[in-house]
Amino acid sequence: MSKFRINAQPIDAEACKKELFDPAAGGFVSFEGWVRNHNEGKDVTHLEYQAYDALAVKEGDKVIAEALERFEVIDALVEHRVGDLQIGDMAVVVHVSSKHRGPAFAACEYIIDELKIRVPIWKKEHYTNGNSGWIECHECSKHAH
Amino acid sequence: MEIKVRYFAALRDERGLDEEVISGDYANAAGVYAYIKSENDLSICKSKLKVAINDEFADWETPLNEGDSIVFIPPVAGG
Repeated sequence: MSKFRINAQPIDAEACKKELFDPAAGGFVSFEGWVRNHNEGKDVTHLEYQAYDALAVKEGDKVIAEALERFEVIDALVEHRVGDLQIGDMAVVVHVSSKHRGPAFAACEYIIDELKIRVPIWKKEHYTNGNSGWIECHECSKHAH
Repeated sequence: MEIKVRYFAALRDERGLDEEVISGDYANAAGVYAYIKSENDLSICKSKLKVAINDEFADWETPLNEGDSIVFIPPVAGG
């Protein structure tokens, strides 16, 4: 099973975490992305995520493989939600297990940073004034694509 | 030559379709996007997009084959 998953249902972060249980692991780091009620001065009512599933899973798996290669961690797993999300919903979870904490923090940050700029997933914000718009991540403009 | 084009996010909204099959002699994905952009008066420039052919990132100049599936990828914003 792929370590990068797209999920149309609410994410069960605890269930994902259990997949990483390992007697050799001494540390576990997790990042959860939640839907917040504002962005760049605008009040957000809800979000919509779309994914190009086939390529998102391939590219997401590549990011995870890179993290496992670069950092001394044991395993990692990502689940990303798609569809309509409400304020406070979990949009993404990144889990990393390792022998020691340092590489786990670094790998977790690497995975979420790369995910945001490389994996074909899109976010549409809906605002209290009735407007809506697809978001471009700020880091994207710094990269050649 | 028949090419399947799938749309996501801002492009899906502008085109008003999830996917379509287009017919014609297109040298590459750049040619397909030029056609679709002018035909549908799309506002998104090719320079803002990446392209995938058959679910792999590809170059705009890669030659196309009958039945290829193309996705033009607007700036992403996961997480």
